[in-house]
Amino acid sequence: MKPMELPSQWAGFKLGRWSSSINVRDFIQNNYTPYDGDSSFLAEPTETTKALWNEVLDLFQKEREAGGVLDMDTKIISTITSHGAGYINKDLEKIVGLQTDKPLKRSLQPFGGIRMAQNACRENGYEVDPEVVEIFTKYRKTHNQGVFDAYTPEMRMARKSAIITGLPDAYGRGRIIGDYRRVALYGVDRLIKDKKHQIDTSLVRMTYENIRLREELADQVKALEELKELGSIYGFDISKPAANAQEAVQWLYFGYLAAVKEQNGAAMSLGRTSTFLDIYIQRDLERGIISESQAQELIDHFIMKLRMVKFARTPEYNELFSGDPTWVTESIGGVGIDGRTLVTKNSFRYLHTLENLGSAPEPNMTVLWSTKLPRNFKVYCAEMSIKSSSVQYENDDLMRTVHGDDYAIACCVSSMVVGKEMQFFGARANLAKCLLYAINGGVDERLKEQVGPKYRPVAGDYLDYDDVMEKYEDMMDWLASLYVNTLNVIHYMHDKYSYEKLQMSLHDREVKRYFATGIAGLSVVADSLSAIKYAKVKCIRDENGIVVDYEVEGDFPKYGNNDDRVDQIAVNIVRKFMDKIRRHHTYRNSIPTMSILTITSNVVYGKKTGNTPDGRKIGEPLAPGANPMHRRDTQGATASLASVAKLPFKHAQDGISNTFSIVPDALGKDNAVFMGELDLDRLSEEVNKN
Amino acid sequence: MNGYIHSIESCGTVDGPGIRYVVFMQGCPMRCKYCHNPDTWAYEGGKEVTVEEIMCGWESCKEFLGNGGITVTGGEPLMQIEFVTELFEKAKQRGVHTCLDTSGITFSRDGRTLAQFDRLLKSTDIVMLDIKHIDNEKHINLTGQENTAVLDFAQYISEKGIELWIRHVVVPNITDNEEYLHKLGYFIGGLRTLKALDVLPYHDMGKAKYEQLGIEYPLSDTPPLTKAEAAKARDIIMEGIKSRLRNTIS
Repeated sequence: MKPMELPSQWAGFKLGRWSSSINVRDFIQNNYTPYDGDSSFLAEPTETTKALWNEVLDLFQKEREAGGVLDMDTKIISTITSHGAGYINKDLEKIVGLQTDKPLKRSLQPFGGIRMAQNACRENGYEVDPEVVEIFTKYRKTHNQGVFDAYTPEMRMARKSAIITGLPDAYGRGRIIGDYRRVALYGVDRLIKDKKHQIDTSLVRMTYENIRLREELADQVKALEELKELGSIYGFDISKPAANAQEAVQWLYFGYLAAVKEQNGAAMSLGRTSTFLDIYIQRDLERGIISESQAQELIDHFIMKLRMVKFARTPEYNELFSGDPTWVTESIGGVGIDGRTLVTKNSFRYLHTLENLGSAPEPNMTVLWSTKLPRNFKVYCAEMSIKSSSVQYENDDLMRTVHGDDYAIACCVSSMVVGKEMQFFGARANLAKCLLYAINGGVDERLKEQVGPKYRPVAGDYLDYDDVMEKYEDMMDWLASLYVNTLNVIHYMHDKYSYEKLQMSLHDREVKRYFATGIAGLSVVADSLSAIKYAKVKCIRDENGIVVDYEVEGDFPKYGNNDDRVDQIAVNIVRKFMDKIRRHHTYRNSIPTMSILTITSNVVYGKKTGNTPDGRKIGEPLAPGANPMHRRDTQGATASLASVAKLPFKHAQDGISNTFSIVPDALGKDNAVFMGELDLDRLSEEVNKN
Repeated sequence: MNGYIHSIESCGTVDGPGIRYVVFMQGCPMRCKYCHNPDTWAYEGGKEVTVEEIMCGWESCKEFLGNGGITVTGGEPLMQIEFVTELFEKAKQRGVHTCLDTSGITFSRDGRTLAQFDRLLKSTDIVMLDIKHIDNEKHINLTGQENTAVLDFAQYISEKGIELWIRHVVVPNITDNEEYLHKLGYFIGGLRTLKALDVLPYHDMGKAKYEQLGIEYPLSDTPPLTKAEAAKARDIIMEGIKSRLRNTIS
């Protein structure tokens, strides 16, 4: 056999399995340079960076002045190749590419739902071109239409009453991370060749599954062809591998740009790119063709582009998420399964953009934290957190055991192996409301309508723990079934009408799919059940006998105080509901997971949840994620964290979030007024020297 | 044995080194005008707990308390010296760092009292002593008690060779006075085991509690001290310490 000819762009790289098959992790492991030094090597922003960033800041200012949106496309439907080249300032940009032909002009993405696209435009003072509306109403079905064609009346009611909320049935589901690094390492032609090989070796017995796979792979090839064209629109030939650091950043960014041109998903995360790119930067530094300042400039310009990613959203969407988030999450650091740190100089460079460009919520810089990270890196992270308040931390020691060492975070907590795993995002079920349904036999406490099954409601004046638990189990059974089936409809239709062909083209053929579910209101449920068990809870009924309020007599243990009597109730609810989810068929044989995660939407959920037996009143926010209820954790932060830490990750594998804020003065002594490490002997010597 | 506590703070970051499990004891003989915890004054009330319960609480949070330990404060913890002693002895048996935050007001060199203190100090790693005012008259006015026992306690801790942190609340018009600050510095400059000086700018965040308890707030006309003023006060105290050190050698 004739030896394979290696691309010249790979010169200097150590070869491995990655050179004969698509395997980015193997490339990283063979070629990266772990870094345990400090931050002193970092470079200031260049003059070009400062000038360019000032132009972007001007644009952001104009956008704010215009009421949040600078410009919207109302006619051109966004695809990978829909727009000509767009620039901020072509002469200054080291990394190029915009979502449309102008910076901050929001693209038109109607495949998720034409009405959502129309509303987003209308609310911002724009009108979608009538012809586009006609096409997407009469001739081209959208994801949203598909979903509502298949929804049952019960699903519509559950959506209306908000016992299931935030469903991605009218917008892009997101939460998929393409392995954008592949574009840089292999070039698009090699990826196309690989995909074609996948088609050629796919099963030809034409079952539904095999037909779908063949069609999707064909779509993926088309997406890759378009990706190549996107490169040439900007004057680059990305069919071949990237030859240097600048090309590597640019190729990788084209991959990501193509994704956000095609999809406006709820979270469009970047992956784990810093250590990958460090290999190219390191090679160029060693060849002497780039300086540290130029390396930082590339990263600064790349991050600038990520900060400019925007989508057309409706005010309700922004209210739910308290802003205009895109969740361009980048996972930084972590430790390899061989024990070496995955921190490189480029991990520092990414975080350093928070200094060079100032702090910003996007991209969502997420440090994969391990107790074994190099001390210097930990110190730098702490420093950046203090300066910017913009660094997110996640537990690498926990996730590495599930996903290995090449996973990344989508959105804020969803972990998946890059290019090998994806997830179907599934919003969340409101377990607090479910408890009220258990008490009222499926009647919604706000709408006063039968939404859940007409089970026997509680009788009598006082709630009995065993009775309520039994009813709650039944109601959770119903909710889990309805929830999973609703999601099955959504993901079927999303695949059918708004398939993420570009992102999936940067995945293996055999993808592990997670079926992500979520719960809201955990702490309300735990406290309510604790109140029923340890205090006396009296029911207040309206004229129709529906329990609409509760009187709690006596005190009860509250979640968040490291008290097992109630913490174990929370643990049990998590386990029970996850087990109920597991019992159902999930779309495409995906693996069910669950998150206990809401960062802002708990406020909206609270508005839609009636009075609860823990004493919480209608309209009061639920606690975010797995947080204890506000002000009920009275033993201080570590007791509160210890309660949350009891929740089992294996039953909430899609992530557990705890929102924690603290005033700086409560984090320790201020050196302005505190004198520690006094040594009177030394001081005495000093003052007596003179 | 049982003690009466006001509350627990499982993530204390300002009451001793590291992150600490802080126990607030119930009951205090002092009536400091600027006190921000008037709800810890009364001897009646509080939650009854055993030493073992406190140790269990610490145990369950210890993952977070790596570099810290237990701090006992109040209230005045030494009003329940036997309980604190037993707690610290148990803590030391398990290798837990102990810190006592006290006003020192109950100290005396009388045989029985001293024996009690000696036993407690055997299990105490750091004493954080809050000197309210260096001038005795002013101290009486500010707290309702003399400061002689407090200052003697400071000397005694130094004699015993136990690490000592001095805390001092700087209050406008009361302790924010160059003469007194310098005098305070001069005094503590003579304490051999002094390892930290913690200057606390007066704040009025305790006001709401007074309202809830129906007690008149004595310093209602006093403005909070700024950080810059506190830093200045610290420098004056440091000058006082230095002049003591100069005089000691000559």
